[in-house]
Amino acid sequence: MYRYDEYDQSIVDARVEEFRDQVERRLSGALTEDQFKPLRLMNGLYLQLHAYMLRVAVPYGTLDSRQMRMLGHIARKYDRGYGHFTTRQNIQYNWIKLADAPDILAELATVQMHAIQTSGNCIRNISSDQFAGAAADEVADPRPWAELLRQWSTFHPEFTYLPRKFKIAVIAADEDRAAMRLHDIGIQLLERDGVLGAKIFVGGGMGRTPMIAHEVKDFITADHLMSYLEACLRVYNRYGRRDNIYKARIKILLHEIGVDAYRDQVEAEFAAIRDLGIDPPLAELARITAMFAGPDFASDAPDSVDRSDPDFAVWLDQNVAAHKQPGHAIVTISLKPIGGIPGDASADQIDLMADLAERYGHDELRVTHAQNIVLPHVRKADLYAIWTALRDARLAEANLDLISDIIACPGLDYCSLANARSIPLAQKIGERFAGRQRELGELKLKISGCINACGHHHAGHIGILGVDKKGTENYQLLLGGSGAEDVSLGKITGPGFDEDGVVDAIERVTDRYVALREADERFLDTYRRVGMQPFKEAIYG
Amino acid sequence: MKLLTGNDLSTGDVVWWTGRDWSRHVEDAVDVGGQGEAILRAEEGARRVNVPYLIDAEATEQGPRPAHIKDRIRALGPTVRPDLTLKPADADAGAWVI
Ligand code: HEM
Ligand code: SF4
Repeated sequence: MYRYDEYDQSIVDARVEEFRDQVERRLSGALTEDQFKPLRLMNGLYLQLHAYMLRVAVPYGTLDSRQMRMLGHIARKYDRGYGHFTTRQNIQYNWIKLADAPDILAELATVQMHAIQTSGNCIRNISSDQFAGAAADEVADPRPWAELLRQWSTFHPEFTYLPRKFKIAVIAADEDRAAMRLHDIGIQLLERDGVLGAKIFVGGGMGRTPMIAHEVKDFITADHLMSYLEACLRVYNRYGRRDNIYKARIKILLHEIGVDAYRDQVEAEFAAIRDLGIDPPLAELARITAMFAGPDFASDAPDSVDRSDPDFAVWLDQNVAAHKQPGHAIVTISLKPIGGIPGDASADQIDLMADLAERYGHDELRVTHAQNIVLPHVRKADLYAIWTALRDARLAEANLDLISDIIACPGLDYCSLANARSIPLAQKIGERFAGRQRELGELKLKISGCINACGHHHAGHIGILGVDKKGTENYQLLLGGSGAEDVSLGKITGPGFDEDGVVDAIERVTDRYVALREADERFLDTYRRVGMQPFKEAIYG
Repeated sequence: MKLLTGNDLSTGDVVWWTGRDWSRHVEDAVDVGGQGEAILRAEEGARRVNVPYLIDAEATEQGPRPAHIKDRIRALGPTVRPDLTLKPADADAGAWVI
């Protein structure tokens, strides 16, 4: 894992002290809320329905057990004993007091963590593949590149006041586990003729105008990746709209001027800056890459697993993935217990996951965009012990990628922008389908409490969007979205429903799917083959 | 009736104007009537409460009930964590929200 050097540490420490002073001035009344708000947002501090909310960055979703334990400590000491892991691989605390915020940031800084660039119109925390460094299908570990991007974008003066927020994801496999094409810039590392480079996609995003990112560059060699990205950002910074917040994302710029015009601009800018020394020296890349070299895996770890406990076998088949190293495996810990709150983990659960990582997992954890936690490097021989410990902590739900593995935003229970609650709906759906979810197979269900789409509803095989219908909660249903390599945007089925109505509608959709499916088709495959009409008929009669 | 509400500057807690001060309990809220804007401006100047705003509410036997579900959730707490609401012992508290 990456370790801060003295520069990283000093800028984070300086930021904490600067914020401490700003908070003091706010508490004394020297600053108005209008003056203070942009300052607190630059440090990840929002004001939500019930309290201040702090969003802490987990760069590219990677943590060690010491950092994870710190997250548990903060939940226990400063919050109400839990945190919420988000679709951008971060964690949010819902009950923060303003006066505590500087101390929290100071504690985070001791384990090389912060809340910088988790808000505002800057380049946000870089997201990546939660299986990075462990997956058999990657051409390279994407995290050294994500780390370089982090360093490049941190306090980048030119990109601190972009027209709007900017989200970047980097992956290195054909299977997209990071919703890469739904980011402002998506980077897929590739190898061509033995040379490492990347395909660049620009202009994806969700929100009120969902769009899939367009391929802007077929292949840029790694030695010019940063300068090419700088060119992409510059063109956006220059031409992106600042007159209308709803048209300010880069996706709208590409939509308005067209991909070809955007690409031409980027190429012209790139030609002007490519030799200015923006790309890091190879020695720096080598230094960073070495830190991600990964653990020394035991070469004689046994490859077989005792499946005699049937509950364990179910979890093994659902939540454990193949590792590049024989005798090893990747464990996804579900934060979606049936009837629970998607993405929430208590301080005790956070500590337990840290302990397991330390004891069995080479000290590494990952946060996934589906709001789960991954132990990327465990020995197969330890899987049963891990599962037993998880089960005792209510963390062993065997539902990865099934209908109850729901992405849900905080919704109206916590969020001041919400139209409707997301979490109670997730709980009802989990309870309704718990008994037959395995029979339904892979079915990704995603819920947002408003049009901002923090819960990725556009990208759900089944998506749900909360709307306000004359002061009452109402839900629209979408079908056919995907955030994976087969990316697509869901379509609305028709008129919306109340809370119970939408659960019933989903049951009619899944019943129809079971009746229509051929061989081992997933719900999404069946939907793509037969289209919306049969499902519409099932729902509305 | 009209209520004045906001979030406490220091704790972020939801608070309601009681006529003299701020309370965490919506039951203590008073009808500010036509005085809302004036109190709001004075309180904004005092800088104890963040972004105070006026809402519509209904007077009921149990006290004021905000007209919009968002403010009822603010008044009680997250419906999915009854243990963290202002009425953890009241099993029916959630019904008041909906
Ligand atoms: C509770 C406080 C939150 C607030 C105030 C908030 C606000 C917003 C807003 C305004 C947007 C739309 C931006 C745009 O379209 O330009 C947005 C998008 C988004 N948010 Fe949140 N959000 C919150 C929580 C979350 C959480 C908990 C998650 C993860 C579960 C999340 C992940 C995202 C994602 C993935 C997007 C989509 C970005 C895109 O348009 O491509 N947010 N958020
Ligand atoms: S989608 Fe809407 S309701 Fe959900 S967290 Fe985002 S802004 Fe809040």
